[in-house]
Amino acid sequence: MKPKVFAAFVGPSIFMMLLFIAFPLVSVFWNSFTVTQPIYETVEVESCTAGFLEQTCTTEMETRPVLNEAGEITRQTEFVGFQTYRNVLEMGRFWEAVQDRSWTALQNIDFWKALRFTLMFTLVTLPLVLGFGLAIALVINNASQRIKGPVIFLSLLPFIITPVIGALSINWLFRGDGILTALLEWWLEQDLALFAQAWTIELMMMFYRVWHVAPFAAIVFYAGLQTVNQDSLESALIDGANRWQRLRLIIIPHLAPLLIFVAMIHLMDTYRVFEEVVGFRAEGYVISLQWLTYDFLTPDQAGNRSISRASASAMLTMIGIAILLVPLLKRTWRDHKGSH
Amino acid sequence: MSTAKALRQPASLRIMSGTFLALWCLIAAFPIAWITVMSFKSPVDAFDANPLNVIFGPATRADGSGWSILEIVLGLAVIWVTARMTVRRVPPLVASYSPGGFVALGWVVAAVLVALGFVLVFFGVLPLVTDLLGPLVGPLGRDIIGATTEHYQTVWIERGFIDNFKNSLIVTTGVVTISLTVGTLAGYGLARSGSTLAFWILIIALIFRSLPHSVLVAGYLPVFINSAEWLAPILGENAPTLYGKPAAVIAVLVAINQPFTIWMLRSFFANIPADLDEAARVDGCSHFKAFRLVIMPVMWPGVITTGLFSFLLAYNDFLVTSLLLDASNQTMVPAIAGMFNRETTTTDQVVAVAAAVSITAPLFLLVMVFQRQIVSGLTAGAVKG
Repeated sequence: MKPKVFAAFVGPSIFMMLLFIAFPLVSVFWNSFTVTQPIYETVEVESCTAGFLEQTCTTEMETRPVLNEAGEITRQTEFVGFQTYRNVLEMGRFWEAVQDRSWTALQNIDFWKALRFTLMFTLVTLPLVLGFGLAIALVINNASQRIKGPVIFLSLLPFIITPVIGALSINWLFRGDGILTALLEWWLEQDLALFAQAWTIELMMMFYRVWHVAPFAAIVFYAGLQTVNQDSLESALIDGANRWQRLRLIIIPHLAPLLIFVAMIHLMDTYRVFEEVVGFRAEGYVISLQWLTYDFLTPDQAGNRSISRASASAMLTMIGIAILLVPLLKRTWRDHKGSH
Repeated sequence: MSTAKALRQPASLRIMSGTFLALWCLIAAFPIAWITVMSFKSPVDAFDANPLNVIFGPATRADGSGWSILEIVLGLAVIWVTARMTVRRVPPLVASYSPGGFVALGWVVAAVLVALGFVLVFFGVLPLVTDLLGPLVGPLGRDIIGATTEHYQTVWIERGFIDNFKNSLIVTTGVVTISLTVGTLAGYGLARSGSTLAFWILIIALIFRSLPHSVLVAGYLPVFINSAEWLAPILGENAPTLYGKPAAVIAVLVAINQPFTIWMLRSFFANIPADLDEAARVDGCSHFKAFRLVIMPVMWPGVITTGLFSFLLAYNDFLVTSLLLDASNQTMVPAIAGMFNRETTTTDQVVAVAAAVSITAPLFLLVMVFQRQIVSGLTAGAVKG
């Protein structure tokens, strides 16, 4: 294909990605080092109230934003270096907490709280998703041909559902005297308040995420199971391998590339955990890195959005993404070189 | 054969596997099924600790709204007939009535007609029939399950969910059409060019795919809010503020979706033998003509699958739509978030449940119709790597 023709085919897509992905990245990078705020001036204001015989006058110093000719607030953008990053990371409080060896103090700082939850959430759900996904794939593969269709249909539902709605639906099962809370209370014979502390909310969030992603893993693995070499299974059988050995030594190595694929996708997606915080209304207890950025971007009571803080927290979030991506990119590069 | 015998599983293993499968199906379907049941009950029943009360809804029945056996049977019959008709009759009708090249449009028209007909019969004709027959059949006409559709009426009519639905429709249609048009061309180009440049484009797309959406939105917000200012030199007085406009959200979602779209379409195009378009080129077609005449007729399965995933992204999005759309243009998912923020009474909660079920229903239909395409889409990226 000639370069010109190639450009004509690929051009529109590249243009969209440059304009709406690359450009915002640059803009976020720039915004994270600058602060835009209204210029304030301090003026002397004399206010007088009518009094007996003579007016009572007081002069006060008042700070007010400078207005331009059109009557709008003048804003000015200033380069502040790493100041915004320091504000987001709250380094002062961080070092204090580290020196006191106080975990609770550390967990009161938004950024570190979000980072702790995001990492833990990612690492705890990963083995669960792979394990359950593989188990579901094996039992679907084991089921009779007639029920496979309906079973796959049911399995797709948690995957396809809108994440916020999925989290909400789990939330409603537990909220108040929800049906599952009632069941747990009856089983444990004690009163539970599942939304009163962070760790129970985190458990529910993890339950939701595994419920949501395990079907994806299961279907990918199920497709992989269809291509297992029957001959090697049979020869393993003749060599006297039992069921567990055949699973461990033949099936799992065969699925290894798929396991890595699902693990990579899952790491990328859970690192961006966000909808759970909204769906479980957990912001008072548990927050994630992406939720932190979202929160900075949401207008506060005065209607201001902290764009530079959001940019700084977004840049910090991306460091994690970069670390996650390195092994994936290395592998793709190897494959590419291998194919030529 | 002896190996086949040895491969046969012992009964205990089969029972375990079957139990686990049944348990999984229950876990997978339960939350969705349960909120669907809840959405038809009065608040007292919906949040009752006793599951039987939630299912049979005594308080709802006491309020005088419920379903009799007659209504349930007739309702199920209508649903069953619709489903059967859709599967059996509609495909040949669409094939015979839609003019060549407009089959996709024919499907859209058919879907709208079926949906309209169903709503008309189910909510218009059915109540009249049951009212008429009810007194004649005695005990079968008495309410046995408490159920009410009032929460759906509250959501769709009083809370204006219908506007949010329209906005969702606008955004998803826009995203699917544009991202498929742009993505198909790019996917084809990338699949047929083995150059290093194509490889690097794919790698960069992969990096873009992994970016958190909040990062991108942080980049758009200041630009979109001030767009009237910086667009003024180009567009003059009528320069729009992009913030809050569906068009801006469509562009953003298309771009966010683009890396995934081109990866997926590329892998579909790589499966179409290159001999096919080479033969067309030998016969004197240009690349574009070969693409239009030879590739387009065979690419539909891949395009439909990719379109489904684009639809899901646009439909399910909360982050981008909630930050970039203003209140009057809000789509369904951020609208429901606004609904539960101010919920105080249990009635409001059940209304939010009804809204959640309304959002899920189209997805349910989507899986029903396109199960095979979704499965092939999930495995396309993985199996080929």
